[in-house]
Amino acid sequence: MLIKSLFAGFGGQGVLMMGYSLAHAAMNEGYHTTYLPAYGAEVRGGTANCTVAISDEEIASPVASAPDYLVIMNTPSLYTFQNRAAQGGTIFLNSSIIDARPTRKEVGILEIPAGEIAEKMGDPRVANVVVLGAFIRKTGLISPGGYLKSLRKIMGERKKAIMEINRKAFAAGFDLFPEGS
Amino acid sequence: MNKILIQGNRVIGEAAIRAGCRFYAGYPITPQNELTEYMADNLRKAGGTFIQGESEIASVNMILGASAAGARVMTSSSSPGISLKQEGISSMAADELPGVIVNMMRGGPGLGNISPSQGDYFQATKGGGHGDYRVIVLAPASVQELADLTMDAFDLADEYRNPVMILADGMIGQMMEPVLFKTPKPRSYSEKFHLRGCGEGKSKFIRGLILDPLHEEEHNWKLHRKYKTIIAREPRHETFRTEDADFLVIAYGTAARVAKGAIKRARESGIRVGLLRPITLWPFPSDAVRSFAGKASKFLVFEMSTGQMLEDVQLALGNSEKIHFYGRPGGVVPAPVEVAKIIAQHA
Amino acid sequence: MKQVFTRPKSLKQAVFHYCPGCGHSIVHRLICEVIDEMGIRGKTMGVPPAGCAVLAYNYFDVDMLEAPHGRGCAVATGLKRVLPDRVIFSYQGDGDLAAIGTAETFHAANRGENITVFFINNAVYGMTGGQMAPTTLLGQSTTTSPPGRNALLDGHPVKMSEILSHLDGTVYIERCAVNSPARILQTKRAIRKSFTYQIEGRGFTLLEVLSHCPTNWKMTPVESCKWVEETMTRHYPLGVIKDIPGAEKEKKDK
Ligand SMILES: Cc1ncc(C[n+]2csc(CCOP(=O)(O)OP(=O)(O)O)c2C)c(N)n1
Ligand code: SF4
Repeated sequence: MLIKSLFAGFGGQGVLMMGYSLAHAAMNEGYHTTYLPAYGAEVRGGTANCTVAISDEEIASPVASAPDYLVIMNTPSLYTFQNRAAQGGTIFLNSSIIDARPTRKEVGILEIPAGEIAEKMGDPRVANVVVLGAFIRKTGLISPGGYLKSLRKIMGERKKAIMEINRKAFAAGFDLFPEGS
Repeated sequence: MNKILIQGNRVIGEAAIRAGCRFYAGYPITPQNELTEYMADNLRKAGGTFIQGESEIASVNMILGASAAGARVMTSSSSPGISLKQEGISSMAADELPGVIVNMMRGGPGLGNISPSQGDYFQATKGGGHGDYRVIVLAPASVQELADLTMDAFDLADEYRNPVMILADGMIGQMMEPVLFKTPKPRSYSEKFHLRGCGEGKSKFIRGLILDPLHEEEHNWKLHRKYKTIIAREPRHETFRTEDADFLVIAYGTAARVAKGAIKRARESGIRVGLLRPITLWPFPSDAVRSFAGKASKFLVFEMSTGQMLEDVQLALGNSEKIHFYGRPGGVVPAPVEVAKIIAQHA
Repeated sequence: MKQVFTRPKSLKQAVFHYCPGCGHSIVHRLICEVIDEMGIRGKTMGVPPAGCAVLAYNYFDVDMLEAPHGRGCAVATGLKRVLPDRVIFSYQGDGDLAAIGTAETFHAANRGENITVFFINNAVYGMTGGQMAPTTLLGQSTTTSPPGRNALLDGHPVKMSEILSHLDGTVYIERCAVNSPARILQTKRAIRKSFTYQIEGRGFTLLEVLSHCPTNWKMTPVESCKWVEETMTRHYPLGVIKDIPGAEKEKKDK
């Protein structure tokens, strides 16, 4: 198995943190994994994206020319990346701030009102973790417990309060798509 | 001990500090800035010296001085900056001073771009600067190997009193992968090579200028004997699925990773293809390549350049029609499917 | 309807890649306005640096020759010596001009090369992600001076304009800023003056512009303007540092 996911949005949305935490959890679950951020002039003008590959064998290329999963946090990223999604792949959309919809037909589309959910929880910054909750539920790449363990490790012990709201955000995203939906 | 998820550029810094590097000088350039930044933060905390030089020329000459004084030293840059460091690298080779130089290659020539590339192979393996010298060149293909080879680089530099270059590219530098650090060997480097003030003893000097041609010739032959030893003892390579291969792909670094993916695909369609991945680019593992001369009927050299290592393969095998080449220069990293198609074309 | 504000002719129809609130965009526009007003577009040539302004040739609609990092003054020297009647400017950041390019800058100035240098001082390396520049202020935190610049370990912020003013080859050096309408207008006057001096053949002119880099300073554009005003100008005072109006004439009289 080799699964590639691309996360894209603007700086400050925690896009890199989404990829990093996923790769971290994959490592802890014993997978081979690579995390590759876009860098340098590519990220001038405030955009950010990263690619995570997860496999049970050595990973040849950390680049995703046709990612299985696209996680799109803002409108410009939708236009930039939708054509890259693999046939039969899935696009996760932060539907709170993206009005447009992908024009691609042969991919699955999951709308996640992550901005609204995070807003209601009182911290718009956790929208990324809401999306990851939904992502982990739908992809089944990593166990939810494994993901939360990694998140706790990354946040560090000193940030207990932040961890709590992140855990809630994750659960809210995870529960958006109950089994079989 | 647990694996950590760490970026290539940062892993070099951490491995270097663990290996006892205590002097680093560098100048910002993408895609290796995280290494300079790691050293700014952590080398000073470890009691070492970090200097952001005013240029690459200054930085490499700083490590030359610190190396002579007996410190374990490192500098890093990417292609355009490595061109500027050639003066210092040539001087360190002439002075027989150990030191580690990291090149995270990017697209060139000129300012080029900041994407991963392998266009500096000739510069790295054929000397690079002026004069008759060589630099040991290590080419990691993963973040784990970057950690391991960084530690080895310091040992090799000391053992042969010669600069050692780590030659990777923007992709390996930017990528994060799980890493387990090995325990570094304790340093063995004789104090007799240090230049620290003579006290009551006899004074000595280290120099690059040797005016008398006969003496310079002697020095050149001495260096040459050292390089011969390195050629005999240090070539390293890895093979992958070569057991039954009659088609051999030869690639290093990032290109070798891509080639592995391509080989897996090609094998699925029944092509008996394997990979030879040079880990040392100088000394080039010519014997290993040559050992396939009778076994394989076709060879494909794959580089992210217009064909540089190709010449070393041709030297090892003799230029023959059996050797094919596929290159993507300028900062392009092809996908494994693309290379698999090329393999199928030639199979 | 009378049009009161439009794109200068010598500024190409392109969208700047600079971050919102970046000083580079303002300086680009000002230079183009002056080129238009002086009617020198056809004989003006620019040398962009390695730095955030590396793509300046996409914006200036004049002939441009990109220099390797730090070598702007040397490249401009080559152009000017072959084409003495052209107006040649080099456009350089503080890392470019005051670190790796110190030697080229110093000696072009000392030779009195008849060129104009725009020296954009934003106290960091912008392009590469906010590392310490030679001009970084003491205590200023950057990615390579995380606890703040420490004079004992990292040296002091360099005052290039003052240093160059001691060289006999320099005729006009001024430090400006672009953080308020008044300062922007003053910068424009200084650009015009430096081009005028060059056309009159007087020698080396340099304009240092204190410029904001909200991205790497981690400030809003408004905070950045304030930081220039309240903090940067304290170490880098604005104003004319050297001006020898009759330099060339005196030489001829001798
Ligand atoms: C020889 C060489 N070394 C390093 C670099 C990388 N580099 C590109 S721009 C730059 C400095 C940018 O800073 P500055 O000159 O202050 O301009 P700014 O981006 O802030 O406008 C550096 C170090 C390079 N292009 N060439
Ligand atoms: S990084 Fe700074 S100097 Fe560069 S474009 Fe952005 S604001 Fe301007």
